[in-house]
Amino acid sequence: MNQLQVLLFASYADAFGASSVTVGVPESATVADVIGALRRLPGGDVLPDAPLVAVDRRYTRDLVAVHPGQEIAVIPPVAGG
Amino acid sequence: MIRTAITDAAIDAAALLAEVTTDATGATTLFLGTVRDVNEGRAVTGIEYSAYTAMAAEELQRIAEEASLGFDGLRIAVEHRVGMLALRDISVAIAIAHARRAPALETSRFIIEALKQRVPIWKREQYVDGDRRWVDPTTPHVGTATP
Repeated sequence: MNQLQVLLFASYADAFGASSVTVGVPESATVADVIGALRRLPGGDVLPDAPLVAVDRRYTRDLVAVHPGQEIAVIPPVAGG
Repeated sequence: MIRTAITDAAIDAAALLAEVTTDATGATTLFLGTVRDVNEGRAVTGIEYSAYTAMAAEELQRIAEEASLGFDGLRIAVEHRVGMLALRDISVAIAIAHARRAPALETSRFIIEALKQRVPIWKREQYVDGDRRWVDPTTPHVGTATP
């Protein structure tokens, strides 16, 4: 198992009650596994079916592998401007 | 020339205009997003903007670089503010200059639309009754318009 830190912002940070959480996922984990682990945490029901995820500050996709040391963030619907 | 920034300081629109304008630019556009007093029928007193600052800065820069690919000689300065903003405060400023008007106009539109789709910035509206709410553009609204 790998322990991965996930950054949370805005409405997601409010729902989870934290600006980051740590999830345990298999060593071969993908973005989808991280989202699945987040859903099992208190507040996880705030996540939509396909939340935006960024790895190392770039948007990424469900099947991309994630590793310790990467900067993983779940991005609420953006509302700049 | 491209400069983009996420800032917690007040945006000086005149400074952005001066930054992009040169003897060779014959057309300059300035887009300003400002805090307005009503959204979805509720009286708004201010908006708190927050960001995933590191990624927002990078994504905004990527957008400006993509925008510059189509035209030689574009001069681009973009700032997005975060923090607590009051009515009429400038949340975003996009200054574009070029020798000709079409590249400036098209680039300005491209950048604001891409920014609203991609840059990880969020806003929480504060209402007259003391309530506050994160704005979710993906939630359908009835009878409302966006700027």
